[in-house]
Amino acid sequence: MSVTIRRSEQPPWTVLSVAGDLDVVGAPDVRQAVVTAVAEGSRLLALDLSALDFVDSFGLGAVVGALKRVRQRGGELAVVCPSSRIRRVFEICDLDRVLAMHDSIGALPEPSAAVRGGAAADRRRP
Amino acid sequence: MSGAEAAAGDAVEIEIPARADYVSLVRLVAAAAAELAPGLEASRIDDLRVAVSEATTNAIQAHIRSGSNRPVKVCCRCSDGSVVVTVRDEGPGFDVDALPEMPPPESEARLGRESGLGISIMRTLADQSSIDSCSEGTEVRLAFLL
Repeated sequence: MSVTIRRSEQPPWTVLSVAGDLDVVGAPDVRQAVVTAVAEGSRLLALDLSALDFVDSFGLGAVVGALKRVRQRGGELAVVCPSSRIRRVFEICDLDRVLAMHDSIGALPEPSAAVRGGAAADRRRP
Repeated sequence: MSGAEAAAGDAVEIEIPARADYVSLVRLVAAAAAELAPGLEASRIDDLRVAVSEATTNAIQAHIRSGSNRPVKVCCRCSDGSVVVTVRDEGPGFDVDALPEMPPPESEARLGRESGLGISIMRTLADQSSIDSCSEGTEVRLAFLL
């Protein structure tokens, strides 16, 4: 397995921490973790790439897919990426223009009120 | 092999089965070979790893799509002025001039495209690149200048 994924709740965010190599082998695991989190009601999703060693276009595809899935539910996606080396790959493809990228979990912003309210309602839903 | 020997033009060649789990091995070998070339900065070796990953993954996928059980061949050559990585497959080839354009990142259509960035990334990261493709296979050449 090229990535390990750890899920944690850091209200209001659900955080998926991804470590290892996010490539053609690792991307499907991330995609599945996102699908599961969104299906379980997470609308404020943060991908923590702080421990990522490598990313290529397949990894970027998984992140773009996460953005699509979260937006379809009216949610927000944040990407935590302190490494300039990893961030450079996003920038080459101009994805930094549409992804909210942050240096640390602590720097995650307060989500918009509409999304925050929706997320709370989703979590109460059985 | 010392850095001086690498600069004289030594090559490292590997053949891998067309399986995705071999891509990380190719990245490792290519980066290790490039590190022997005096003058290639660490950030450029990072670029090489990404570009080689894209080329190798595309080659493996070409073999998988065509049902080929032939190996994918990768060659890393360090010369006086550059590190050159060549990735060869025996897949069905593709029209290099007919690659679909990627919608701008802000468009909704872009979110529907979770693949298709690899060749663009390769071309951006390598100092020189070429793709020769025909019905008998594809050769990608990526050069990083010292």
